[in-house]
Amino acid sequence: MEAHEEKPIIYTMENKPIVTCAGDQSLFTSLYTSLAQQLPREPMEWRRSYGRAPKMIHLEANFVQFKEELLPKDGNRALLTFPFLHIYWTDCCDTEMYKASVKDDMLRWQSTLRLHGSVDWLIVVVESEAKKKNKTNILPRTSIVDKIRNDFCNKQSDRCVVLSDPLKESSRSQDSWSSFLTKLRTLLLMSFTKNLGRFEDDMRTLREKRTEPGWSFCDYFMVQEELAFVFEMLQQFEDALVQYDELDALFTQYVLNFGAGDGANWLGSFCAPVKRWNGLLLRRPIDMEKRELIQRGEASLLDLRSYLFSRQCTLLIFLQRPWEVTQRALELLHNCVQELCLLEVSVVQGALDCWVFLSCLEVLHRIEGCCDRAQLEANCSHTVGLWTYATEKLKSLGYLCGLVAEKGPTSEDLNRTVDLLAGLGEERPETVNSLQSPYKKLNEALSSVEAFEKHYLELSHAAMEMYRAIGRMRSARLIGKSLAEFYMKKGDPERAEGFLDDSLRSYVAEGWSLQVTHTRKQMAECQKLLQQTEDYLQTSALLAGDANLTVEERKHFCQEILTFASQPPPGPQICFMAAFAQLRQMQFSPPGAVVHVGAALQLELRVRCLMPVAVKVEQLAATLHFSLEQGGARGRAGSAQRRTGQGPQGQGDGVVLFPQGSPLAGAGMGASLLPALELYEMQDRSPSDSSLNSTGVVCKNMHLLLRRHDSSASLDTPTRSSVTLSLLVALSFSLPPLSTLSVGRVQFVQSHIYPVVQYEVYSQEPQLTIEPLSDNLLAGIPQKVKFTIATGHYSVKKGDALQLSNTDSMPILHSSCCSATILSSTGERVGESALSIQSSEKVTSISLPPTPPYHTLEFQLEVLCHIPPTPFKPDIERLTNGEVRHRPKSHADRGMINIDQKVSIDCPWSIYSTLISLTFYVPFKAKHSILSAGKRKYIQVCLQNVSDTIFHLADPVLTDTHTSSLSHSLTHLFGSSLPQTVCSQQSVFCLWEMRWVERLPLCLQCAFSASFAPVSASDAHTAFKPYRYEFQLDRTLYSLKAEILPPSGDQHCRTGTLCGLEVSITRQAEPSETEGEEEESTEIEGLRTTKLMYEVVDNSSNWAVCGKSSGVVSMPVAASATHRVQMEVMPLFAGHLPFPNIKVFKYLPHSAVPAIQPDTDSCLENDTMSLLDKGLDDQGDTASIRSRGSVHSVGSGEQQRVLPMPRLEPFSPGQVFYLSQGRQVLVLPVTDDHVMEVNVT
Amino acid sequence: MAVCIAVIAKENYPLYIRSVPIQNELKFHYTVHTSLDVVEEKISAVGKAMADQRELYLGLLYPTEDYKVYGYVTNSKVKFVIVVDSSNTSLRDNEIRSMFRKLHNSFTDVMCNPFYNPGDTIQSKAFDSMVTAMMVQAS
Repeated sequence: MEAHEEKPIIYTMENKPIVTCAGDQSLFTSLYTSLAQQLPREPMEWRRSYGRAPKMIHLEANFVQFKEELLPKDGNRALLTFPFLHIYWTDCCDTEMYKASVKDDMLRWQSTLRLHGSVDWLIVVVESEAKKKNKTNILPRTSIVDKIRNDFCNKQSDRCVVLSDPLKESSRSQDSWSSFLTKLRTLLLMSFTKNLGRFEDDMRTLREKRTEPGWSFCDYFMVQEELAFVFEMLQQFEDALVQYDELDALFTQYVLNFGAGDGANWLGSFCAPVKRWNGLLLRRPIDMEKRELIQRGEASLLDLRSYLFSRQCTLLIFLQRPWEVTQRALELLHNCVQELCLLEVSVVQGALDCWVFLSCLEVLHRIEGCCDRAQLEANCSHTVGLWTYATEKLKSLGYLCGLVAEKGPTSEDLNRTVDLLAGLGEERPETVNSLQSPYKKLNEALSSVEAFEKHYLELSHAAMEMYRAIGRMRSARLIGKSLAEFYMKKGDPERAEGFLDDSLRSYVAEGWSLQVTHTRKQMAECQKLLQQTEDYLQTSALLAGDANLTVEERKHFCQEILTFASQPPPGPQICFMAAFAQLRQMQFSPPGAVVHVGAALQLELRVRCLMPVAVKVEQLAATLHFSLEQGGARGRAGSAQRRTGQGPQGQGDGVVLFPQGSPLAGAGMGASLLPALELYEMQDRSPSDSSLNSTGVVCKNMHLLLRRHDSSASLDTPTRSSVTLSLLVALSFSLPPLSTLSVGRVQFVQSHIYPVVQYEVYSQEPQLTIEPLSDNLLAGIPQKVKFTIATGHYSVKKGDALQLSNTDSMPILHSSCCSATILSSTGERVGESALSIQSSEKVTSISLPPTPPYHTLEFQLEVLCHIPPTPFKPDIERLTNGEVRHRPKSHADRGMINIDQKVSIDCPWSIYSTLISLTFYVPFKAKHSILSAGKRKYIQVCLQNVSDTIFHLADPVLTDTHTSSLSHSLTHLFGSSLPQTVCSQQSVFCLWEMRWVERLPLCLQCAFSASFAPVSASDAHTAFKPYRYEFQLDRTLYSLKAEILPPSGDQHCRTGTLCGLEVSITRQAEPSETEGEEEESTEIEGLRTTKLMYEVVDNSSNWAVCGKSSGVVSMPVAASATHRVQMEVMPLFAGHLPFPNIKVFKYLPHSAVPAIQPDTDSCLENDTMSLLDKGLDDQGDTASIRSRGSVHSVGSGEQQRVLPMPRLEPFSPGQVFYLSQGRQVLVLPVTDDHVMEVNVT
Repeated sequence: MAVCIAVIAKENYPLYIRSVPIQNELKFHYTVHTSLDVVEEKISAVGKAMADQRELYLGLLYPTEDYKVYGYVTNSKVKFVIVVDSSNTSLRDNEIRSMFRKLHNSFTDVMCNPFYNPGDTIQSKAFDSMVTAMMVQAS
């Protein structure tokens, strides 16, 4: 439009491609508004050369009046001012008029265009109804258009467009608008493609010439930037950015080549010394000052870079990529510093710092300007780098200008500051009015110490906050550490301490030893200033033992400690020992670390000194923790085993090794011991048939095991000292958790020792044990027993004696002079002394030799246990309620009969007697039987050796002990009287014939005796010991006859029918005098009777006993007295059935008083027992009987302890003769049975 | 080539660290240690699910004025850090990658040694000489 200036304003974003308008200007003016509105409305696809992706573009245009000056002259490649399209507007509809003026005008226009080689033109013919109406003599409307087409567009008919009624709202008008716009856009794009393509080609040609001598980067820069401008103008920011990036890369490559020795001439201008360092300027879209400098070839490297970056920044912000700006900015700044260095450009010291500082802040301001706060906070990670960089630079400026020194800047520093500030130049007009411009900040910061501190702290804290916010703790701590350095410089250790502590902690935790050392050194300095003596000593100790430091430094810190140590009190300073010395090894002597009270335990400590010089340790102390364990019963061996097995480092020889953790690692990583492997079996089965696919071992605590447990290499320190501690332990169980080393005033304390080391101190009561020397003690022959006295805390004095109470059944043989052995607690033989044994009637006294406490006294004695003469009766008795009671007495294996002998011993250390039980086994088992042949009777005795020992047996004799009458005699028939050898489990049989004169006595008391001696016994005369076996032979008292009677009227019994069972009990013998007492007889009406109980039992279930199956009968005590009992039984099967069993017992009513048990009980004397005793023996079993009994007794009003239950006692073998034993009776099957029952047995 | 090469354990303590200008050792330690921040950030930026497909090479961790710090994380979270002089422009991404690959191979050899206790500092001579070959020869 004419309103626009002559020269279009470029350098603003208002740039649009230029389209010139010729012809009817008023016509165009009337259409301009709608044209400008509608042109960008629809996007157009722009297909591009070189395979670049097509793009959709919204076209805009700047319509300018056509002037010849606008057309580019040859060689001028300015693209921004290039008119891309020329339009000729006309609304001529009159042929005359066309011919008269318009055609000429058009021709002139065309020729001008052709002159400049411009082929991008368009003729617009506007038609309107209104005009047509006015001119009545108009030609058909196409004629003008046709004419124009004919005249101008010889082959390009599309260069002429008709626009009908553009100002009316009709569909025709709409259509013509849209086709016109499409045409316009197409032509514009065509023009772009063509002209830009040509431009790019030219540009490329120019770039290819870069190796030629006269080539200038600045010129080329301007050319390519032109292209960038055009892309920017077309809103193609991406493409524009590419242009700048290409320029950037090209320049960078040149600088690199220069560095590699391949210098280009034009680079010379960039190598000029840097005079201005006023930072980036990002507030303007285009920094014209710099651009002009470049254009004139006077730009410095910083100028070029600044300009380039400001353009890139502008485009990136258009592209909504602010975070890329920050990233590129950091790269740029780093890069510039490198490039200046590479090009060897001379820069005033600090100038670059200024430039970087200003640039960082400028970028940050720019970013802040285009993002809101939330966005900024969310993208800290992108900006924090710049913050940090600015902080660093300000810091180095501060140091450079003497703003950090305690004394303030010197005059030299001030001069330098002035120089630096001069290089900044004037503040730019954009920021003059803002309060917080980078320029102002830097100016202020460099102006005074206080202002510097303020700004520096502000920046540091901002950076730290950001790092914290994004979780970069290490970076934050690094800034904190540099802050600490700053504070230290300023003489403000209080504030430095916190930062140092924080950093130190993290380095220690992560195990970075070099940092730890460095920070710790700073810490030491800080603590020294703060006069934190304790901490300082601790840090010094750590540093003195730090292998990362030189020996001199370590010596220095060690000296610090020693100096302090030599100062007079007050009070000791306590430090951790780990820094000063390490406990490496502990050795117990004795190795088991178990001692009794009063014994000496030697503990050898091996401590490694970490100090660089020899240090005199004045005192070494260990604190013990006392823990009482009331485990008196625990054996010593067990406890020793437990102790050695408890720690992984514990070894059998009493040595405890401590892990070689350095103090650094120890503090950082905690427990450095490897945990034990936890292995589990793993089986992988297939899910379908559960067959085993694979199996293996899985380690459950792999994460613990595979973890690092000790990071730092072992520190090789010169000194290693061994200290032996002798501890005389006064009291019990202890473990030392705390040990202290003191050097002068300084005490080094190790708070606890890991793994826990402990030793045990025990106290023991004196103890006497008696145990057989062989496996089993045999009765009847002298046996050796061992007496063992563990003295415990009691010391056996001279005159102390053991008093053994004598028993008849077990005399103590002390003929052989015996001696006692004294053993120490470790089992060493200490001494031996003779024992004197005195025996009186009641006691045997053994006087003991004096023995110190915690020793063992051992001696042996011979004892003999007499074999009781009578055999044991089977310990089964029956109660009437059918309960079978067993005597709970353990018999040795293989049926050996045992005898428990109790020995009561009075010990000198106790007022109570000790009761010790010894078990003896009877080596023989004897059995007797009566054999009959016709009228003759023989007695056979079988003697079996049930022990393991081989014996000689001699003089077997059988005698009748009871009667000495000659009514009968025993004749030895069989069995040699010569000694014979009986091996283990071997039996010897002897046989006697029994003859009698008139009548066989009712009862015959026999005694079998023999002499025996172990084969191994050397002493013949003492060896043979008697063995005696007593037994009783009884005559038949009762005969029992049973008869089964078929039911009346039948000859045979039949199955299922009741039969009579008649049992007749006949008394066979007259009662003798002795027997009267033995049997429970009662006088009823002058007739002596005794009570018997019978019972019919059929175990083979052939018979069913119907009605009562048992009963009690009173038998008169007279020969041939007979009692008959009738019962009913029913056969269950057919065939020859054996008779049911009939049993007879002695029936002892409860009223009987068993005060003295008769001899028939035939138990051992010392083993006497009645039911009453038994009741006392096992309470639990008799409880039921008692309760039952008490019910009875309540009814009868008796309150006696006598069991109110009738008792059954079996007859001894031979007293009852069963006449019907083995008889059978024929039972027929039921006749009318159709089913034949076959019973096969 | 590289001026500092570090191998850092999963728990972030150094298994191996070597730098060429001895006087700057401390600075390198600080640099490497601080770079762990970025390494952790980069690892956690990749989602847990994607951890399997994660590329081991982490790229440039952060540039400083003088050095460029590159990172690499093995699948067992052992970190490799290579510090390169900024002025050394001949090293492109590919060279750095191949250096890391070599480092990883050599590290694997160290781990395969039955006498090496995982978690201990690396003292293998083979590893050391490989690292030396990758470092700038101290002039």
